[in-house]
Amino acid sequence: MAKEKEQKEKQPLPPLGVWAPAVALGWLVPGGGHFLLKRTGRGMLLLLSVAGMFLCGLMMGGAMFQPQSGDILTTLINTGGFVGDVCSGIFYLLSVWLGYNQPDVAGAVHDYGTKFLVTAGLLNVLAMVDAFEIAAGRKE
Amino acid sequence: MPKMNLSHFEAALLFSLFTSVVMGVVTKRTDRERFQYGAYVFACFLVALFGLGWLMQLGHG
Repeated sequence: MAKEKEQKEKQPLPPLGVWAPAVALGWLVPGGGHFLLKRTGRGMLLLLSVAGMFLCGLMMGGAMFQPQSGDILTTLINTGGFVGDVCSGIFYLLSVWLGYNQPDVAGAVHDYGTKFLVTAGLLNVLAMVDAFEIAAGRKE
Repeated sequence: MPKMNLSHFEAALLFSLFTSVVMGVVTKRTDRERFQYGAYVFACFLVALFGLGWLMQLGHG
């Protein structure tokens, strides 16, 4: 058991060319890495979930984070939120390009919207990690 | 852009649904296990949602 775990931990990183295209496409188009690796059904579920989460966030009037410096909590929340937003890939790029700029206003629905936007990006990070594992041959 | 005006419950339910689908898809190795895990995560979200809701209701007095 311990030996098996040790072996798992020591797996060398496969060459960049093997996994980078799937991970990069997975960032740009949620589920895209899975499409590239011929896991169409799973890719479609990921695309629908991340797109659904992001679109609901937009329709709820969620705010996008901008990186800010200041005290540690401000930096952590705003920079972390910004990274989460950016991880949505094409959805983030399109919404910024089309001029989506919702100010951070008080209200439960707006607040949920902001969380939905960040979570869509974080779910896409999970999808990217999964695409990496498939591309690296660690998973079916 | 059409607006969505959801209640706390509806928003939390939608959040649970999307999150559990992704959790199910990325964690397990067979489709059956993925479906079961997704359903399990969704059920956990619902239990937490109702549990915390009642806790707040009772705590509020």
